[in-house]
Amino acid sequence: MDALSRAQLELHIDFARCDGRGLCTELLPELLVRDDWGYPVGRGGRDVRVPEPLATAAQDAVDLCPLQALMLRRVTRA
Amino acid sequence: MTEMTLDPRQLGTGGLFAAAQPDLASHEAAYGKRPSGWSRNALLAELDASGLTGRGGAGFPAWRKLAATSAGRAVVIANGAEGEPVSRKDAALLRQAPHLVLDGLVTVGEAIGASTLFLYATADSLPFVAQALAERRDRPKVKLVEAPEAFISGEASAVVNALETGIALPRDKPLRLGKSGYEGRPTLLHNVETLAHLALVARFGADWFRSAGTADDPGTRLYSLSGDVPTEWVVEAPGGATIREVLRLGGVDASSLAAVLVGGFHGAWVPAEGFDLPLTGRGLARYGATPGAGVLMALARGRCGLEASAGIVRYLAESSARQCGPCMFGLPAMASVVERIAAGERTPWLASEAERLAGLVTGRGACRHPDGSARFVHSTLAVFRDEVQTHLSGMCTAHRGWTH
Repeated sequence: MDALSRAQLELHIDFARCDGRGLCTELLPELLVRDDWGYPVGRGGRDVRVPEPLATAAQDAVDLCPLQALMLRRVTRA
Repeated sequence: MTEMTLDPRQLGTGGLFAAAQPDLASHEAAYGKRPSGWSRNALLAELDASGLTGRGGAGFPAWRKLAATSAGRAVVIANGAEGEPVSRKDAALLRQAPHLVLDGLVTVGEAIGASTLFLYATADSLPFVAQALAERRDRPKVKLVEAPEAFISGEASAVVNALETGIALPRDKPLRLGKSGYEGRPTLLHNVETLAHLALVARFGADWFRSAGTADDPGTRLYSLSGDVPTEWVVEAPGGATIREVLRLGGVDASSLAAVLVGGFHGAWVPAEGFDLPLTGRGLARYGATPGAGVLMALARGRCGLEASAGIVRYLAESSARQCGPCMFGLPAMASVVERIAAGERTPWLASEAERLAGLVTGRGACRHPDGSARFVHSTLAVFRDEVQTHLSGMCTAHRGWTH
């Protein structure tokens, strides 16, 4: 297995862009809920681990975010 | 070369303030000329051996920052924007030893073949740097950029933003500065004190640097003493010194104090029973404190720690750049809860609500302002937990009676 496929899929939230519209929390209820003020919150702060079965839903959330505040990336954590 | 064997510590003034005056002649009389020609690899090895860590807050090893800076049209930034209202050590350094900071900036710039050097500091400090630049024979091209007097203006991405656009607000940063910083170029950003130490490591070597401090925290550190102290003072102390020792250097009797805020407003309280622990991340681990940016803010016995803390949490909330929702809304909410505890409101769930809000904002901003503010709240609730319980039952031990 190469390093890329071993790397964890992660959803990065740019809170400087996020306006709390909530679309991502509807597309990814397994990973994200809304906080007291409507902003998405998941385990791990602004970087939310995405299990492979949810990769497509996560990509949808990235594509449909009206503020383009989401980014899906693979990271290798020590 | 006699300059290379000169040991400024033998002058009895510590490492960084050995020059009698801030001018070039005094600087060279104290330290000798700046050695030129450090290669990237040689400097990297010397910094690694020295154990020098960043003095701006995060304490990242200087050699690793250098190693993480990619080659090609690199940019070096000397960051002298303290932001912290009770921090004055960087201003003191730029006023009294500007050449040491410039030596560090030029040395590391040479080593990585940087094409642009910046020095970013508040309006109070820049004239001293400009004067120093004007008298240097090496005529380094250093661009001086004014930092606004704001808490978050010294955060790394805010610094890069300020240099690019003139707006000192943090940015979400998917890439490391060392790969893509100022205008997408590899960028090395160091606190000005870190650069001053680097200038001395480049002159006298890693072993000399390690002749002060401990194996865990080599070299010296600058501390800004503030709060309930006779004189607000900047002192230089060896690494690994205890809080009591650093306070004594500043003429403060530690037995008069109930606690000291260590690191800065993003830091943590250390109560009196921790005053004899070394001022290192390891030494103060039980309190979650690190030397950070060198702030030591004293709280006198008999003063209410919750009142003092509530003021700081409100200040942190007001310092939000208001770019990120969880910070913009979460910090004022957190401040209100801490203020209600400090005021003696008899609502039992206030402490757990403050903890919840601190947990909720952590990690959810473009910069670490919410994280640091949350850390301070966690620390306040832990160190003053007896006081919290007293307040929640409507009393304050500091005021010796009922708050209402």
